[in-house]
Amino acid sequence: MPEQLYWEDIEVGTEITPLAKIATTQMLVRWAGASGDFNPLHYDNAYVESAGLGQVIVHGALKRQWLIQLMTDWIGEQGTLKKFSCQYGAMDYPRHMKSISEPQAGETWYCKGKVTRKYLEGEQHLVDCRIGLENGKGEVTTSGKATVILPVKSV
Amino acid sequence: MIPEEIKKLIGASGPVQYYEVEKGAIRRFAEAVDDANPLYQDAAYARKSRYGSIIAPPGFFGWPQKQARGSPLAVDIPPELESAFEQAGYPLSLVLDGGMEYEFFLPVRAGDILAAVTTVRNLRERSSETGSIIVSFLDTVYHNQTGALVAKQQLMFVRRSLDQPPKETDNA
Repeated sequence: MPEQLYWEDIEVGTEITPLAKIATTQMLVRWAGASGDFNPLHYDNAYVESAGLGQVIVHGALKRQWLIQLMTDWIGEQGTLKKFSCQYGAMDYPRHMKSISEPQAGETWYCKGKVTRKYLEGEQHLVDCRIGLENGKGEVTTSGKATVILPVKSV
Repeated sequence: MIPEEIKKLIGASGPVQYYEVEKGAIRRFAEAVDDANPLYQDAAYARKSRYGSIIAPPGFFGWPQKQARGSPLAVDIPPELESAFEQAGYPLSLVLDGGMEYEFFLPVRAGDILAAVTTVRNLRERSSETGSIIVSFLDTVYHNQTGALVAKQQLMFVRRSLDQPPKETDNA
């Protein structure tokens, strides 16, 4: 676990530690089972073709959960995610598998973010962030916002 | 124009859905994301943390039990709205997740029983060259077994009328 982040450590403009992710067809199947989203758009090539799309697409909800992990990793155990939102701007396509456990070479995604506001509300030390998911070409395919409560060093 | 039988459901709520938050389901959910946070799977670690027990990642509300109730999608949608969409020619096969908003009030813990109620806050028609797209704004409120408010959720749920394949500019 990384060191705990404190409210005093950050300023407007501070970058959130990026989180790298690799979507694979295997991960999409795991996500389908774990989340209960069995839309064949995410695993069935013939269905995807009949729906007029080129290839299976990454679940929006999985990308959302990646961005939630970006925040929970960054704020650490003493931080609390208070608000979160995201919208989907473009589709993402998973890597295929090379072996039973290894993906083919290809795209890596990065969850990123920046602090946009730091403020006090009642007793809570809050931080607003702008966040997004970048595909292998550096294009933002999912964007959002988050508000977190951070602990303070001084008592 | 949004068909009247759909439009009249603005403000309507579905029945209370109960979701039992299982430890194994939390672990599989975290594994599917590749999130190794010990708070989600290591009972001894979680006990010593400020939470005192295993918690779920924010955004996990007892899935995948929605699917077990008959829908192939993990979406909180009032049954009345679902059947109105089907009857008006907006089949479940042509849906896309447009976006999500959460406000978290309490952690979700392994063993919790969550009660979820979903309300149709608004419906909006989006112009498209191929026909009708309706965006549903669905608000879900989760309470736990002690009656405490756990989270509020706002889902943007995009539906197309028949013969409109999803487009590259959308997402799911």
